[in-house]
Amino acid sequence: MAAITLEKVVKKYGALGVVHGIDLTIAHEEFVVLVGPSGCGKSTTLRMIAGLEDITGGLVKIGGQVVNDLPPRKRNISMVFQNYALYPHMNVRDNLGFGLKIAGQSPAEISKRVGEAAEILGLTPLLDRTPAELSGGQRQRVAMGRAIVRNPDAFLFDEPLSNLDAKLRGQMRAEIKKLHQKVRTTVVYVTHDQVEAMTLADRIVVMKDGHIEQVGTPMQVFNHPATTFVATFIGSPPMNLLPATISGGAVRLADGTAVPVPDRLTGHVRDGMAVLLGIRPDDISPVGHGLSQDGPGAEVALTVDLAEPLGMESLIYTRLAGQEVQAKLYGPRIVAPGEVLTFRLALDRAHLFDAATGKTVRAL
Amino acid sequence: MIRALTTKRPEMTPFLLLTPALITMLFVVALPLVFSLWTSLTPYQLTKPQTIYSFVGLRNYTRLLTDPGFWIPFGRTVLFLTIALNLEFAFGLGIALLINKITWGQRGLRTIMMFPMMFSPILVGFQFKFIFNDNIGILNNALQSLGLTDQAIPWLVDAKLAMFSLLFAEIWMSTSVFAILLLAGLFAMPRDPLEAAKVDGCNAFQTFRHITLPFLMPFAYIAMTIRSLDVARAYDIVKVMTGGGPAGRTELLWTMIARTGYENAKMGQANAMAYISTVLSILFTWYFYRKLIAARRFMGGVQ
Ligand SMILES: Nc1ncnc2c1ncn2[C@@H]1O[C@H](COP(=O)(O)OP(=O)(O)OP(=O)(O)O)[C@@H](O)[C@H]1O
Ligand SMILES: [Mg+2]
Repeated sequence: MAAITLEKVVKKYGALGVVHGIDLTIAHEEFVVLVGPSGCGKSTTLRMIAGLEDITGGLVKIGGQVVNDLPPRKRNISMVFQNYALYPHMNVRDNLGFGLKIAGQSPAEISKRVGEAAEILGLTPLLDRTPAELSGGQRQRVAMGRAIVRNPDAFLFDEPLSNLDAKLRGQMRAEIKKLHQKVRTTVVYVTHDQVEAMTLADRIVVMKDGHIEQVGTPMQVFNHPATTFVATFIGSPPMNLLPATISGGAVRLADGTAVPVPDRLTGHVRDGMAVLLGIRPDDISPVGHGLSQDGPGAEVALTVDLAEPLGMESLIYTRLAGQEVQAKLYGPRIVAPGEVLTFRLALDRAHLFDAATGKTVRAL
Repeated sequence: MIRALTTKRPEMTPFLLLTPALITMLFVVALPLVFSLWTSLTPYQLTKPQTIYSFVGLRNYTRLLTDPGFWIPFGRTVLFLTIALNLEFAFGLGIALLINKITWGQRGLRTIMMFPMMFSPILVGFQFKFIFNDNIGILNNALQSLGLTDQAIPWLVDAKLAMFSLLFAEIWMSTSVFAILLLAGLFAMPRDPLEAAKVDGCNAFQTFRHITLPFLMPFAYIAMTIRSLDVARAYDIVKVMTGGGPAGRTELLWTMIARTGYENAKMGQANAMAYISTVLSILFTWYFYRKLIAARRFMGGVQ
């Protein structure tokens, strides 16, 4: 049983604050992904859970026990590092069994568990090779194998796939997902790749500058971003944000274009409020080429600046209310720059953020 | 003319370009080797040049093989080398680990650590000769003033103590070779495997034993290769401090070779000894080099 709890956890390097008091509860067997831009404190947070970094303030608990002052070896966790951190002088078998050997397991037990882990990860034919003789993906698997043989209370992953090429990353992502289904354990997974976050996580923790911006399931985070930061960070291409004011029940954009306030938000805005209208590229499409044609919407004629055909869809750059926005066209249709098309904004999926705070105007 | 040659026979160009190097090699390496090998097959004496023409075959070698007067210094050299290298490794490792830990003044210490290597071995020998001298040496002086002993200890006269004193000087002078190379190793050491080991359950000692030390061993073997060649030809410190005495009890290979060649004027036999000791050095180098290759095999290609 190992839930992990962070209470007001602070990390400072000298006077420089890196993590500013984060609270997070990770349930037993939950797969939580910490995601955020480079330098936001994801690794630092993970390393504090692992015990590789001193905790400046607050409490870290694993399985209910405060572990602030326990060395890593007493925390019963496994960690997979970004560049694998295999032991270069040991072959795969010894790499996998090293933790068990240190724990004083019998050779028979070690070889049994190493065999099992190697089987799960398809490493059996590679057991006698040294890390130098493995490909990136194979090293990655050894690193994971080393983590699972020990039956830890929790797995910590620090960007384990970032050194792999795109194709292998996709494969390994699927393998990690499968692995978690087979070996159910608490997982904390750090990445700055939002696709990994969306596909792997039970819950996503979006971090920025040492703070937590939002915690939620992938769908919650995608459909109800709590802040403009989350809105632009999760989802690709990022959500368009257009400055606007509320007046007379409408959202009035900078150039005077008015679109109705989305139904579900009407009770939450007042006249004169400065907002940002958030709308994903997928929800701005030429009429007849969008995802959904029903539901409330607004139609505007826009000039195409640039179109990037991607096969079944095209990414369109255009300007709305004087600001560059990205739109999507679904269907294999070629669009030429300069073409004027009528775009439909799917307002039921639009968001409003308070311009001053960047927070969503709707309480979740 | 050269141009004519290279245009007519372009395949000769590499050889032409190599000629200066080949000529240098011939005079600097090949000729002395051939000359000394030849003299080791004659009863050559520096004072009687004509002896160089009387070929005696392997007589010098066969004599040496059965002569305890040769094998005892030979064995002593091997022992000296073994002890010196092991202790230098141990001390060098300790120093490197300590220096690696400190954060302030590290550069300064690294420089100071090199000082002993900057001195001429002859001067180091003289210095220790005076330190260990039984009448006027500061060591005995200090021991007596502190009341630790009431009579002078014959550091350079008693055979065992003299060996110890020689070792002490040798180790004092050259431990930094190990320290520097091991420190370089520690600087190059990736941090990740250390952290992985901590997470895998290692305490500080286990991390050192299973991760750091194996990583450092190639560096240690490089130092050992260098130092084994160094110690196997040890001459200056011994010559200055004990002159191989008392009664030949601290005689090492090269002091013996020098004595045979110059004082006893048996250059032929001395050269035979030198060839045998060269074989010893080659053996040590080969041994450490093999260890190095084995220890290094894993280091290629792993980031
Ligand atoms: N030893 C250190 N001393 C001082 N500052 C540090 C130290 N380690 C990390 N930092 C700072 O802490 C901040 C957070 O670093 P961290 O490694 O947690 O970022 P991250 O979110 O993992 O980023 P990335 O995605 O690039 O790995 C960074 O601004 C970094 O510069
Ligand atoms: Mg990081």
